[in-house]
Amino acid sequence: MADFKVLTARQGQIDDAGNNDFVMACERHSLAGSISQRACVFCGSRVVLYPIADALHLIHGPIGCAAYTWDIRGSLSSGENLHRMSFCTDLQEKDVVFGGADKLYKSLVELIDYYKPKAAFVYSTCIVGLIGDDIEAVARRVEKEKSISVIPVYSEGFKGTKKDGYSAACAALGRLVGTGETKNIPEMSINILGDFNLAGETWIIRDYYKEMGINVAATITGDGKVDEIRACHGASLNVVQCSGSMSSLARMMQDKYGIPYIRVSYFGIEDMAQALYDVANHFNSREALEKAKGIVKRESDLIMPYLRACRRDLTGKKAAIYVGGAFKAFSLVRALKFLGMCTILAGCQTGNSQDYEQLKAICDPGTVIIDDANALELAKFVKEKDADLLIGGVKERPIAYKLGVAFCDHNHERKEPLAGFLGMKNFAREVYGSVMSPVWNFVPRRAGVIKRGQL
Amino acid sequence: MSHSFTATRNSCKLCMPLGAVMVVKGIASAMPFLHGSQGCSTYIRRYMISHFRDPVDIASSNFSESSAVFGGGSNLLTGLRNIIAQYNPRLIGIATTCLAETIGDDVSGILRTFEKELGPDGPVIVHVATPSYSGSHEEGFRRAVRAVVEKVAAKSAGVPQEKRVNVFPAIFSPDDLRYLKDIFFDFGLQAAFLPDYSDTLDGKAWSEYELIPKGGIGVDEIRSFPAAKASITFGAVTARMGLLTGAAYLKDSFNVAAHFIASPIGLRASDEMFDLLKSLSGIETPTRYSDERGRLVDAYVDGHKYVYGKKAVIYGEEDLVVGLVSFLSEIGMVPVVAASGGKSGLLKEEIARVNLCAHEPKVADGADFASITDHARKLKPDIIIGSSKGYSLAKELKVPLVRVGFPVHDRIGAARILSCGYKGALSLYDSVVNALLDSKQNSSSIGYGYL
Repeated sequence: MADFKVLTARQGQIDDAGNNDFVMACERHSLAGSISQRACVFCGSRVVLYPIADALHLIHGPIGCAAYTWDIRGSLSSGENLHRMSFCTDLQEKDVVFGGADKLYKSLVELIDYYKPKAAFVYSTCIVGLIGDDIEAVARRVEKEKSISVIPVYSEGFKGTKKDGYSAACAALGRLVGTGETKNIPEMSINILGDFNLAGETWIIRDYYKEMGINVAATITGDGKVDEIRACHGASLNVVQCSGSMSSLARMMQDKYGIPYIRVSYFGIEDMAQALYDVANHFNSREALEKAKGIVKRESDLIMPYLRACRRDLTGKKAAIYVGGAFKAFSLVRALKFLGMCTILAGCQTGNSQDYEQLKAICDPGTVIIDDANALELAKFVKEKDADLLIGGVKERPIAYKLGVAFCDHNHERKEPLAGFLGMKNFAREVYGSVMSPVWNFVPRRAGVIKRGQL
Repeated sequence: MSHSFTATRNSCKLCMPLGAVMVVKGIASAMPFLHGSQGCSTYIRRYMISHFRDPVDIASSNFSESSAVFGGGSNLLTGLRNIIAQYNPRLIGIATTCLAETIGDDVSGILRTFEKELGPDGPVIVHVATPSYSGSHEEGFRRAVRAVVEKVAAKSAGVPQEKRVNVFPAIFSPDDLRYLKDIFFDFGLQAAFLPDYSDTLDGKAWSEYELIPKGGIGVDEIRSFPAAKASITFGAVTARMGLLTGAAYLKDSFNVAAHFIASPIGLRASDEMFDLLKSLSGIETPTRYSDERGRLVDAYVDGHKYVYGKKAVIYGEEDLVVGLVSFLSEIGMVPVVAASGGKSGLLKEEIARVNLCAHEPKVADGADFASITDHARKLKPDIIIGSSKGYSLAKELKVPLVRVGFPVHDRIGAARILSCGYKGALSLYDSVVNALLDSKQNSSSIGYGYL
């Protein structure tokens, strides 16, 4: 039997004893040798800015950082598709010795001339942080020569955690915001922040708001467009999903432009409905609220028969959730409850102590709450708590499968929209199709527990 | 109008640490460990998991800002201790990333002290320098093989054994490795493959969670490498790397005969391997394989008219590309572009040696996918052959893509793509011919039922 040991230095980040006084020791650098599911600062910046499809994204560094993030997210664009290419200065030994600034300059000029992007982001990687290339100076020079914004992203991998990468991306976006013309933006306008248009999710959400009579000035960064971001300070409300990645931009816009923000989630019927009501209420618009109620009624009616049918078989099944941000975990706990399932493990990569308290509060007693889990900890609890389902990303998938446990991909590679009402139906279908699959009948750990789904 | 680009656009290579990880994954009870930022290990995990669809745990020393300033030594040691506490591995393979290599940590010194602390019962610690600015994943793979051999092969490995051979594969699929192991076994040879990730990266359904997936070459087997009769190293370009190979070390230090042959892709390259096995074992090719060879030739004949003159764009690691040119040209196809992200400078020469086609392909080393696309648009290929990263090119040109090599991120069964030996050639051949027939069928409005 596998001997799962939890490292002593990790115990403050795992709440599994049901102790009421437990305070999560989170927002830390990952422990060396603990096989964290997190990546680095660069990863945080790259995933946030990636969907801006009419910008050039140039990675200044060695090839790995660029190769592993080529076409990495399922973020769709209604216009250009430049974001799906991977550009890299591909630093060589001589660049590391003599500096890579010249190579960066040449790369930028040639790429801008050929691809004619609306702006360029230059990502600084570990090695650039060490050799000290002045990317700011190169950016200013190219900006002047080519008359487009060239924005450094200070995302050196070792300078913090993925969350610091979110802030670096927001700082980069902050340099674009406020540089565009806002006179055509109507009063009742919002920006959608923190949705990445995976499989077209931003469009689903935007259409609901439009139907309510709310104008969407900019979607940041899903289906993001440089000109819209420039002018997004013309909106009167920022609606922020994925609290971790975009809150620093929302706070900056509040301080600088007096634009308030609300936090929402588009996963699950309740959270999705609340996201519409909150916006209507913000604008004090009875008309928008009535329309929102109409949307919720109409869309729920469409999916409820299917959800009820799923619930028949899923009731009592146990789920483990390990995702990037805490807000998604909250929504998933609620969405699973809606399907009759309970959560036996909930954790994320970037939560803060309030997030974990809230997570604990909405879960059943005895649920393991975990920050920055490593692969073995996930395997240990999924096994010990006998989960029927693991929700995570590609890195978590084999943990589930090797244990004979169903899996739902809720990460940025997914190709099915899981947001909005339609998304809730897709989510139910994914969960149901994996949990009720007949293949578990043949997996050694599960063999003998014959089960059959009704759908 | 032609443009030249300083930047790499859609890379056709990966970084050195990935290659090193693959080697460590092929050793029993071993843990790959990247000395660098957390992202290096996590990105490589995700990349490999998407291909193999099996767990890939890779440890990291997870540099912080202070490690970059004051050195990563203490993070390295903390990381190693934590890995030993949780996984209790028999071997830890440490690859130093560009970050660690550049700040100039004295990793060897730190490890020497640590090994003393561990004592003789501790895990074997292997260190390989893999700064990604000095090569591709293919070089990281070679360097790691060499580093493991140098570190582990024992000075007193016992008396030489007539039937033992050390095998150093190129980056083959797990199914290739399984098949090659069968072949060596059927020749009565005791072959030890480094690396052998045929089980660790393509495992069975488990009844218990395995901290480190079972399989791989044992540390003791590597230790006794010097007692082998011979070493066989696959890969036409690797063969030219001489001193950088594990086999060269065994030759120089222990006088183990070193044979270098091309990757056995296609009929001729497989013949070359079987000839070597005959001479090493002293026995004739077992009927199973001579039958396979016969069926392969029969299939070559059956399908030759479907493929003759068809133009192919191929790309991948340099050893793979040489193998594919050899195979495609012997069935009458025309490789028009042969590209690799690697740049040993040897690709063109090695391709010229195996190419049976009168036409010389555009050999692009140090290539990226954007430049491969530019060449392909001009040369109008009928088929694309390589990793799944050529999909967008195939889609744009409306030609089929036959997936072979690493990575394959958009299909299931990447670990089971067989391309080595007669059976591998047959499987590759069927895929190529059928992809061309499929394309012909789909592009015609008639809907032929017989082809």
